[in-house]
This record gives sequence, C-alpha cells and structure tokens, in this order.
Amino acid sequence: MKYVIIGNSTAAVGCIEGIRSVDNKGEIAVISSEQHHTYSRPLISYLLQGKTDLERMKYRDNNFYEKNACTLLLSQTATKINSSVRSVQLSEGEAVPYDRLLIATGSVPLIPPTPGQGTVKKQFTFLSLDDADALKKATGPDSRVLIIGAGLIGLKCAEGLHGRVKSIKVVDMADRILPSILDPEGSTLVQRHLEKEGILFYLSDTVSEYSGNTAALKSGVEIGFDVLVTAVGVRPNVSLAQNAGIEIRRGILTDSTGRTNLDGIYAAGDCCESHDISSDENRVLALLPNAYLQGECAGVNMAGGEKVFDNAIPMNAIGFWGLHIQSAGTYTGDVYRENTKQEYKLLYTKDGVLKGFIRIGKELSATGIYTALIRNRTPLDSIDFELICKKPQFMAFAAEKRREMFGITPGEEEGYLL
Amino acid sequence: MKKIKKSDTGHEELFCNTAPSGKYSKAVRTKRVYVDEKWCLGCRLCEYHCAHANSSEKDMVRALKDRTIRPRIHIESDEHISFAVSCRHCDEPICVKSCIAGAISKLNGIVRIDKNKCVGCLTCVLVCPYAAIAPSEDGPMQKCELCTQSRTGTPACVMGCPNQAILFEEVTG
Repeated sequence: MKYVIIGNSTAAVGCIEGIRSVDNKGEIAVISSEQHHTYSRPLISYLLQGKTDLERMKYRDNNFYEKNACTLLLSQTATKINSSVRSVQLSEGEAVPYDRLLIATGSVPLIPPTPGQGTVKKQFTFLSLDDADALKKATGPDSRVLIIGAGLIGLKCAEGLHGRVKSIKVVDMADRILPSILDPEGSTLVQRHLEKEGILFYLSDTVSEYSGNTAALKSGVEIGFDVLVTAVGVRPNVSLAQNAGIEIRRGILTDSTGRTNLDGIYAAGDCCESHDISSDENRVLALLPNAYLQGECAGVNMAGGEKVFDNAIPMNAIGFWGLHIQSAGTYTGDVYRENTKQEYKLLYTKDGVLKGFIRIGKELSATGIYTALIRNRTPLDSIDFELICKKPQFMAFAAEKRREMFGITPGEEEGYLL
Repeated sequence: MKKIKKSDTGHEELFCNTAPSGKYSKAVRTKRVYVDEKWCLGCRLCEYHCAHANSSEKDMVRALKDRTIRPRIHIESDEHISFAVSCRHCDEPICVKSCIAGAISKLNGIVRIDKNKCVGCLTCVLVCPYAAIAPSEDGPMQKCELCTQSRTGTPACVMGCPNQAILFEEVTG
C-alpha cells in the first residue's frame, strides 16, 4: 500500500500515527512545500517571545519520519491530483503515485484588498515558521508595528513581538477583540489586560488606504508604522482539492471517517469542514486538536482500520501575559455567570446539556471536566449541576460514574472521552 | 500490525506519540493507579507523598513545610465522602493528541510531559476529562508519571496510603 500525504503539520502527523497503528509495512510519502521538520505551528509566537526555539518547537522528535518509515519530500509543492491514475504531480520532478491520499493542506491567510497595499515595504502574515523568521528579522527596538486583526493570530503575534519592538497598534473592524471565542464583556476584560501591557487598539475601524509607512483609517486616524502584519483570518487551502473535483463547502467535505467524495482520497485539518456537535452545524474548526484527531482518524481508515471522529467541537486555550482564556462549544441557551476577582466564567446550557463555556483567569484548573460534558453531551440531570457551576469537580458526578472513571473496571479502561 | 519493538522494561514501545487505536493494537499490559473511594479517609497523605516524591529533598518535612504543595494526585472531599483523582494514562489520550507543542507523549503505557517543550498554554487542562494536568511550580505542566521520574520509582501515593484506598494494578488493555 502506498500512502501519500500532502502537508506536514498536525493533521499529517496524526495521519502517520493513525496509519502506523494499523499498518507498519506500507510506504508513506509526505509532501511539504515548507523546508522544515514538522513543527508546532501555534508556537511561532512563543518563538518570537523566546519561550521556545527551533529545536524544542519540533512537533515530533528528530527521528520521527525514520521511525515511521516515511519518505519526506520537503520544499516540494503538489500542483495537481490526478485521481484517475492516482498520482500527485509535484512542481518539480515526477508524479508521486498513491493508493490512499490525504490532503492536509491547512489554511492560507486572508488579505483584504486595500488601496496602496503594494506601497508597504515590510508586510507579513503570521502563520508559518518562515513568517515568524521574516518578522523577527524585520523588527528591532525602534520598530513601530501595525497589526490588522484582533483575533487569536493577531494578538498572539502582538504578545510575541512585545518587548522586541517600540510600539504595537492593532486595528480591527469588529467592535471588540477575540470575538470568535469571547462574549462582549470578556472581550473588554481581556482588552484592558492587553492595554496595560501597552498594546493600543483601534476597533470598529479599518484601513482605507496605505501609503508607504502610513495607514489612513476610515475614522480619519492616521497611523505611522514600520512593519505591517495582516492577521484578519484564514481560509481553507482547498484549490488543489477543488481542481481535482473534490466536493468543497466551507472547506473540503469529508464524512466522519475522513473520506472525501473521491475514491481513495481523504482530507483532514484546517482545510476541512467539521461537524460541530455543540451547534449541530458544519463549520471550519481550524484548531490543532481537531486537526490531529481528523488526521489520525483518516490515517486509521486509509490503512484499512475502522475509526470515526464524530464529536468535534470548537475549543481554545490561549493566554496573554499570564491571563488565561479557555473556551469551548457554542454560546447559546441559558447562562450561568460568575465574575469574581479570580475568575470570569460563563456556562451555557440548552436542551439539558452543557453547550459551551468561557473561563478567564490567572489560574484555571480542571476545565476538561466542562469540555467533556459538552463532547459527551452528558445529561445535566445526571450530575449535580449547581456544584459543577461553582467549579469543575468530580464530586458533582454520581458515585457510580466516579467508580467507572477512577476505580477498576476491567475492559473499560479506554477512558470515557473518546 | 503496528510497528513495535521490545524496550528494556519489557513493555512494548510505540514509534509515535500516541497509543495505537485499541482494536488494532496488541494487548499491552499496563499497571495503573486506581482508587476505591469507600476506603478513602480523606487524610491527603497521598498528596503529601506525591509532592515529596517529586521533590529533590529526602526529608519530607524539609520538602513540604511552609510550602504550597503541587501534588499530581489530588483529593476531592466534602463532609461525607472523599476520593483521590489522578491520571488514567488513557488508551486514547486526548492530552497527547491536543498538545500544541507535541510535548506530551505516551511511552510504555505512561503519558508523560516533556517540560522542556511545554509552553504552558493550558490546552491539556482544557481537554483532560480527568483534571489530571496542572502547572508545576516552575511553569511547565506536570502530571502523574507513575513515579517513573520521581525519587521513589514506584507510585508514592500508593505506598503512602494508610488504608489501601489507592491501588497499583495491572489491567489488560
């Protein structure tokens, strides 16, 4: 069996590990347009910050490919999938034949067309190791940085650059920061925290025109800058799949085993659409855990095993200067709210189950108990909800459930989450 | 067949960060820490033994006195019941699969954290359904590694429990 994986990030690694859990004989070829050993993409901001380095941020050990008998084709871009003859054409060299193919092409940054964009000399996006490297080289103690986008990527970039540059200003067309993971009050709370570190925000505003080192905002404000980072969002990188005739909706469409509509072709990670069970809607969940789980599931099935991944939910853990934000699910239904000095917390319940939560605080623990309630769709009448609202704890579960989780129950030791 | 080799300890070593998917894997015999809440006294000695075992001090008093301890096993209790909670070393470890740094892996049946790689994002805290991972004193995350890295070498919580409410048993996975 010949396996080919297009992409070399989280979903690809999940796929390799999934394949090897079933088949240790088949050949695996990994095609990557990047030149690097697999690295932890979300760690690029920590790299700027100096909290990790190129060696430590490797997503898997140096001998990962060797141990898993993978042929690594680095700095090679897949340009075409010929599904009729089952091969992948590379930009240079011969076509690579496959029996089972995984498309794990990730996402590409969105750059809204803005007049004068071409006049900006130092402009970057912030998605890859090469982006981080280039940004590092382009910035110094005198740099004034302008970031477009107050989402997860833009703000992590701000934290990464903080301390290396003179000033950081962030512009976003939304009226609040991190709207994808926070409610309005939570946004304000985190914004105040970031402002204390010196980050300046221009919200409900957009750049109407760039002119060299100046951005003219719609509001009339003019911002002088030396380095521009565009981080308004990403979109699934689906062109290769689309050209091959694979069905695309918001992202590549797969079933719960990772299969696309074309025989032998699977897809996983940020390029795909997922079914979010907390909202019962199909969405792109561009999150690392989701990419791994999809990739692993596809890998097992590509190798002839049987696995489904059918409990995806949005979930995020992110922190800025010691303040942590954890969130999961969908913000709908009745709300339990708590706002103390230690923690800002919202729990959303609907139809007798926990649908979503937001926690903000310097010390957050045991949050996975909440996350599991959402993923498992645990009926809230089977637990002491009042107790679990106060804090995530096993005391809120029935003794029998605790015995199942922590006591000896032969044959059930697989863990109850997945 | 998954790719395996015999390691020094006699366990089967996987070539990836995760355990294989149950159905296709050969049975791996693994010892785990189990708790029986009907025997738990709520004395919290397990927490103290855990913190001591993972400290560099031989003397328990010197290791723990006047310090906020950060044990990897913890007790939940109210006026009626108490029980210990620690890592299950899951066959499908969601922490391993979710770690954004690739810092968590499973080897010889034990889920471990490479503190050198951990950046403290708390994704593992977000996903672990057993609340078994928490920050260490010096920042990176820590969890029960069955005392393989501790001074005692065998689970100190089990040895230190005065009422045999914590067991170290082998169950076929």
